[in-house]
Order: sequence, then structure tokens, then C-alpha cells
Amino acid sequence: MNKIKQTAAFTARNMKVFFKDKGAVIGALMAPLVILLLYILFLHNVLKSTFETNVQGMPTAFDDKLINGYIASFEVSSILAVCCVTVAFVVNMIMVEDRITGVRADINIAPVSKSVVVLGYFLSTAAVTLVVCFITLAAGFSYIAVMGWYISAGNAFLIILDVIIATLFGTAFSSVVVQFLKSRGAINAVSTVVSTVYGFICGAYYPISQFAKGIANAVMCLPGTYFTALLRSHFMSGFYQPFVDAGIPTDSATEILDSLDANVYFFGSQVPTWAMYVVSACSIAVLLGAFILINVVRIKKKKKA
Amino acid sequence: MSDIIKIENLVKRFGELTAVNDVSFRVKRGELFAFLGVNGAGKSTTISVLSGQIERDGGTVIVDGMDIDTDLDRIKSEIGVVFQGSALDRVLNVKENLKSRAALYGIFGADFDKRYDELDKMLSLKELEKRPLGKLSGGQRRRCDIARALLHKPKILILDEPTTGLDPQTRSAVWRVISELRKDDDMTVFLTTHYMEEAADADYVVILDGGKVVANGTPIELKNEYTGDFISFYDRDEASLAPLGKPTEKISGGYRIAVANTAEATALIKAHPELFTDYEVSKGKMDDVFLSATGKKLTGDGQ
Repeated sequence: MNKIKQTAAFTARNMKVFFKDKGAVIGALMAPLVILLLYILFLHNVLKSTFETNVQGMPTAFDDKLINGYIASFEVSSILAVCCVTVAFVVNMIMVEDRITGVRADINIAPVSKSVVVLGYFLSTAAVTLVVCFITLAAGFSYIAVMGWYISAGNAFLIILDVIIATLFGTAFSSVVVQFLKSRGAINAVSTVVSTVYGFICGAYYPISQFAKGIANAVMCLPGTYFTALLRSHFMSGFYQPFVDAGIPTDSATEILDSLDANVYFFGSQVPTWAMYVVSACSIAVLLGAFILINVVRIKKKKKA
Repeated sequence: MSDIIKIENLVKRFGELTAVNDVSFRVKRGELFAFLGVNGAGKSTTISVLSGQIERDGGTVIVDGMDIDTDLDRIKSEIGVVFQGSALDRVLNVKENLKSRAALYGIFGADFDKRYDELDKMLSLKELEKRPLGKLSGGQRRRCDIARALLHKPKILILDEPTTGLDPQTRSAVWRVISELRKDDDMTVFLTTHYMEEAADADYVVILDGGKVVANGTPIELKNEYTGDFISFYDRDEASLAPLGKPTEKISGGYRIAVANTAEATALIKAHPELFTDYEVSKGKMDDVFLSATGKKLTGDGQ
């Protein structure tokens, strides 16, 4: 009972430290919201023009809301796929900062179990990341509602579930990586690499369907891709029927969805949603296993020494 | 008084460097124990081993009858540490900081409120409680650090250079709190310091140099062993002291000569009473002890 209360208190401490650091909060919140703004201001019209070029010549009668909603759904799914991981990295830096500033030494002199401390960092990172991602999701849903809402209630619920599991993945991934960081230089290097590279290798910033086949298959071997794919699928699959209703042939409607990764393919075969969930769950389990193993080995090594 | 800390043959290496080399000492229950040494002498490393933050490479550490290898958590419950630099969260306010640290000791709710009130009486925390730690002055932060170290009512308070960088008024306030703790709670205080006057007030002093104990004893024992006495003259010029046959040293308002002990001073007074009109006989200072024991002069910044 005491351990549960201690874990809750330490989790609360970590969350307070994050939310009271205005720079960290603004940094974590602003990144996804600024990307959303950039999409709205600059990329939305480009993507819309590309879409309109692709459907030229088809006997269609498009409502502008349908195109805008489709593009907006792609944009919001991209942002969420990235921020579930990058925000987790930003939040998890509290653990590294604690090591650098001596706070961790102050925690370690208390007779508190290492598992309480490790779990406290994990839970606080997951909770704060979830809060930031839900704020981003709320902003994204509002944007899509204005541009054109074609998401069913079922898919909206699944999107919330996707954000939760993607956050778990981001938290587990970042928790493994930050175990090896011991300086501010290392924090900055990792943050820069993650924020710039992750969006591309998970297929968020650029559709995997537009990659060369070899690269697309390589990207499909990375677990992060499946969280993006889940979000894309649940944000965009609801557009299939309205496209068909607008006069687009069924094959072409599928191709349009494929072009922005609403469906993804692994060595030519379409990946079903259940398989995406299996890969996602397995990757979270592997990362959590690695996270626990690293900490168990460290505690044992310390005891042995 | 029984020993509350027993350290025998402690060794700690960092790669090729032996930071603590076969160090042994004992601390008696309720005493003010001072660890003296320049930066890198091994003081903080010894404290880190004692508080279970780092593993040692050799030796035994017994605290209040418990072995650090088998009873580390119980030992941690009996030790409070004030680090050299504040280790609290700068963005949290004073009360939030103490509440989060109290939870690590299993102190929650009403128990925390009660302890917080007790600490407030001692350290006037409530006037600061809503201010973030990062916005406090050095002295105010030190009060919070001490409160944090006392949250769980430890038997031993370890202070790692607690007054370094503080103004004289705050230093004296910190010492007033420490004195009250020793008087009211019979707390053992384990101090590392660069300030000789602080070491001079200790019950027992260990001087470390290069990771080894080079001298130990009560301040008076150390002064007797490592320095002689001094006679200071305030109304004499240098030439008039020549009959004493001793080298003179200029001091503020006069000159002083070194003598082996009080007996030699008495003999000189009897032999040259005409010279002894305005004078004082004093023991050597801890600075002299430190210089004699280590061959190094300890400045305020520990160099």
C-alpha cells in the first residue's frame, strides 16, 4: 500500500515539475500545434491541389468539405503519430535532468524502492504525454470538424484508443533510450534526432506509398509505422464511401486512400487492422521488457558491486 | 558515548584514481564530527558511500549497529543529508518540495502536516512555503535543504559543506539551527567543511588528504599535537623582542612568537617580565593544524 502511495506521489511530483516548467510545457504543446498551423497555412492547399489533379477527368461531384476534410484528417493523423513519441521524449528528459541536477541523488538517499522511482518516471511520462496528445487531438478534431467531418463515432473511439497505445509506445521507447543519457548535450542530440527523423521513418510526414518500394518495405519493418497506420486508417477510412458516392470508381477510391496511407502494404499485401494492433502490442511489450530488464540488471549489478 | 558510525578500512576507486584509501574512523552518538580536507580529499566520496549512493571497493560501514550491506534501507531512514548544492526541485515551491520528498519516506497526509509544522517552528518555512525554490536566496534555500534532511527525524545529520557560499549572518543562522538540533534531539552531526572556525567547534575532527586520514582527534588534541602555542605582543616593536631569541611574525597591532607549549611561555614570562605588559598566550588555530598535517593551506573555496 505504501509503495502504491509512494509511486502516486512520485508520479505527481514529476508531473508538477513538468507542468511548472513553462518552457517545457510550451515546447511540448507548441510543437504539434505549430505543425498543425503550418499544415493549415502552407501545406493544405498544396495537398488539395494534388488531390484535385489526381481526380481530374473522373465523373465526380465533390463537395469541397469532402476534400478539405480528407486532407485535414491526413494532417491531424500525421501530427498525432509524431507527437505521441516526440512529446514522450521531451517529458522523459525530467529523468535525465534529475540525474544532472543532483535531484536523483536526493531521491536515492531515501529508503524508497528503485521500482517506485522507475515506475513513477514511466507513469508521469505517459500521463503528461497523454494530456498533451489529447489537447492536440481536441485541436485536431476541431479543425477537421470545421474542414469536413467524415469520421464515424466508432472510428473516433478507436482514434482515442490509438493515441493511448501510441503514447504507451512513445513512453516505452523514450524510457529505454533515456536510460543511457547522462548529459544535457546527449539530451539535445537525441531530441533533435528524434524530432527530425521520427516523422519520416514512421511515415507521418510523407506517405509511405510515395516511397520507393524498397524503402517503403524497410519503413514497414519499423514498429512506429504501425501506430501511424492505425491513426491514418481510423481517421481516413470513413472517406471511402463518400468518395464512391461522389462518383469515383471503387478502385480509384481505394487508390486515393492508398496514396495517403489510409491502407498500408507490406511486400505487396495489405496489412489488416488487427495485424497493426498485434505489431503495436508486441513492440510495446518488447520495449517494456527491455526497459524492465535494463533496470533489473542495473539494480542487481549495483547490489553485486 | 557509544559509536553511531564505524568505518573501517574504507576504499573507493574511480578507475585508476583511489578517492578513498583505507580510511577508518568512528563517530560517537550525539557528537559534532568534522571532516576537513581540500577539494578531492575524499570527503564527499565517503559521505556518498555512507549514505548508500555509491558502492565501495573495500572496508566495512556500520551505522547504528547496522551493516550497510544488509540494512541499507534502515540506515537510510536514520540518515539525513544536506548536499553541497541544493538538490530540491527549483520549479516547485517549498511545501511541494518537502511533501514530495516526505512521501519517499512514507510520510503522507496528516503525518506530513504535523512534521511540516514542527519544521516550520525550527526553520520558519511558512513565510517561504509558496515560493518556488529557484526564487529563494542562498540562505533561504539552505533552510529548505535542512528541513528536507530532517523530514524523517534522522538520528544522524550529514552536512556536506553546508555553509559554503553563504553570508556570515546566514552561516550563523544555519549553525544556530544545528546547535538546537544537537541540544534538543541529541542528534549526531557529521560535517564536512572548508571553514576552520567550524571545525574548531567540533567535538572530533578527521583531516583527510589524498583520500587518507592524516590526522584526527579533538580540536585541542590536534592543536597540541600539530601546533605549539603563540605569544602575541601588542605594545612592542620587533627590536624590543630580540632578547626572547625567537623569530617574530607581524600580526595586526603587534608581533607574535611561537613557543613549544604553555610551559615554555611561562618560562619566558618569568625570564623577561619587563616585556610582558600587553600580551596574550594562545593555542595554535585549526589553520595551523591543517597546514602542519597536510602541508597545504585551506582557503575559503576549499582549494
